Amino acid sequence: MSVVDAGSSAPDELSTGGASTALAVAHLTKRFGDRTAFEDVSFTVASGEVFGFLGPNGAGKTTTVRTLGTLLAPTSGSAVVAGIPLSEANGTEIRRQISVMPENPGLYLRLTVQENMELFAGLYGLHAPRARIAQALETVNLESRARDLCRDLSKGLRQRAGLARALLNDPAVMFLDEPTSGLDPVAAREVHDLINGLRQRGVTVFLTTHRLEEAERLCDRVAILNTRLRTVGRPEELRGSLFRRSLVVEMAAPLSAPEDVFTNQVGVQGWTSDGTAAYVLSVDDPRLAAPGVTRALVAAGADVVSITETRHSLEDVYLQLIDEDPEARR
Amino acid sequence: MIGFDGGRLAAVARKEIREYRRSPFIIGTMAVLPFVFMINPLVVIFAIGATVKAATVARAVGGTFLVLLIVPAVIPATIAAYSVVGERDQGTLEPLLTTPVRRGEILLGKALAAIVPSVTVAYVLFALVVVLAHLFASNPTVVSTLSEGPHILAEALFAPLLAGWSIAVGTAISARASDVRIAQQLGTMASLPPLAVTALVSFQVITPTFAVALGFGLGLLAIDVVMWRVVLAMFDRERLITGARAQGRAWAPGGGAPPGVVRRIPRAGGTGGA
Repeated sequence: MSVVDAGSSAPDELSTGGASTALAVAHLTKRFGDRTAFEDVSFTVASGEVFGFLGPNGAGKTTTVRTLGTLLAPTSGSAVVAGIPLSEANGTEIRRQISVMPENPGLYLRLTVQENMELFAGLYGLHAPRARIAQALETVNLESRARDLCRDLSKGLRQRAGLARALLNDPAVMFLDEPTSGLDPVAAREVHDLINGLRQRGVTVFLTTHRLEEAERLCDRVAILNTRLRTVGRPEELRGSLFRRSLVVEMAAPLSAPEDVFTNQVGVQGWTSDGTAAYVLSVDDPRLAAPGVTRALVAAGADVVSITETRHSLEDVYLQLIDEDPEARR
Repeated sequence: MIGFDGGRLAAVARKEIREYRRSPFIIGTMAVLPFVFMINPLVVIFAIGATVKAATVARAVGGTFLVLLIVPAVIPATIAAYSVVGERDQGTLEPLLTTPVRRGEILLGKALAAIVPSVTVAYVLFALVVVLAHLFASNPTVVSTLSEGPHILAEALFAPLLAGWSIAVGTAISARASDVRIAQQLGTMASLPPLAVTALVSFQVITPTFAVALGFGLGLLAIDVVMWRVVLAMFDRERLITGARAQGRAWAPGGGAPPGVVRRIPRAGGTGGA
């Protein structure tokens, strides 16, 4: 099966009109000696977009973030980060416009939350740092813990403090590397709410995650990386391009002649049964096919228990692409 | 040419000092070590009898200077050896390096935070020894020898220069080490060689004069400058993160901008401009 390529064209092929581009990556490659971390990666991220970056362990996600965050020099290719060409000379200016929260938020545990914020406010050269710090802490509901030592905070609170720190410089692009890794569901949900809040404020978020349901819930588009980019697109586009749409018809008892009911039904391409009283119909459009199928079943005197559309998750898309990938099977 | 931003420099130094204040190891090193090193010189100079010859007194006082100079050599080395590997260990190095701070600002900020308390402790220690000698030494030559101009100049110059060397060496080791304890042990050992130079003056192999103190001071300064250049070259973001320098083409020439997309994007509303 071919890899979906929606939106993965190199930026030099893109029009400059329309929404501004927060990230434009063209044929970017990073090698460490003989080892390739990622290769020929191209994509764009629009300003204000929440962009999910998925992939198995060792796929090159964190290395991509580090490269776009100017920590690592690319081996080849080019990129524009927050409107600034990625180059050593532009490193300081790019870092001024972005923020990166690694998987471990990297707080100074002997310092208070406030002191951590003051350090980064100083590094970003913020004017009126106290007001900015208060605002960032308020955004993540951490103002009441400002004077607590970071070592006394739970993992979820540290993550929130890391997010507050990443908000301090009002970044044009925010890189979040596995922000909910190791968090319990409640803490993870709080981080999700914060990311949704960032989206509403128009912040561009580049989110790497292993949690596919998280990516599906939060991201406007996702990319799947496995050293090379496997796909880029909206989750529903990826599902549509990889899987046929289908209806699952569950009966009280097996049909005596299912071929008479399902064959020649409008919108039904084919059907399968596992021998029980359930049938899977391949359809072009479930909303068009379902009424006709229901009528045919009732006319045949069958007792219909349910008719539902099969929903393929982003996880199905991910597993399908990764399973097809020869590199993943090595 | 490396430019420095005073605000970022101050932010790094302030953070370091705040961390020292809450680190029992560093506080312990700063508080206990100087007094340990003060015991021997005091015992030696108090033991000098009133009739001991001036040459013997001078030798004993020279030894005292050497011991007192161990403090600015060893204390900052211990602190500096923690500075980079400790950040890596805590996971704070990566967030720090993704800010606009320049490597020179990180290094200088950390160095200032280590050198100021170390040199202050060294000067206070020297002053204490002089005062105690004045009060309790039975041989009057001790005080006059301790207060000789060349000795004071040597103390004043060598303390910060030795500390500068120690911090540079400690930071270099810290940048390459993968374990905090190994870095601190190596850093402490590596900080000692320049003391050999001061030992020549202290033990009057070379007669301490203003010119000699100044000459050795300049020599140490030159060594410090060279060492700091080496450390600066080692303080490479990629090497610090991955342990290896960038290979092949490091950065896209000319900025590597794909045509047609070089555009600043507007900031999101909310927290205002930086």
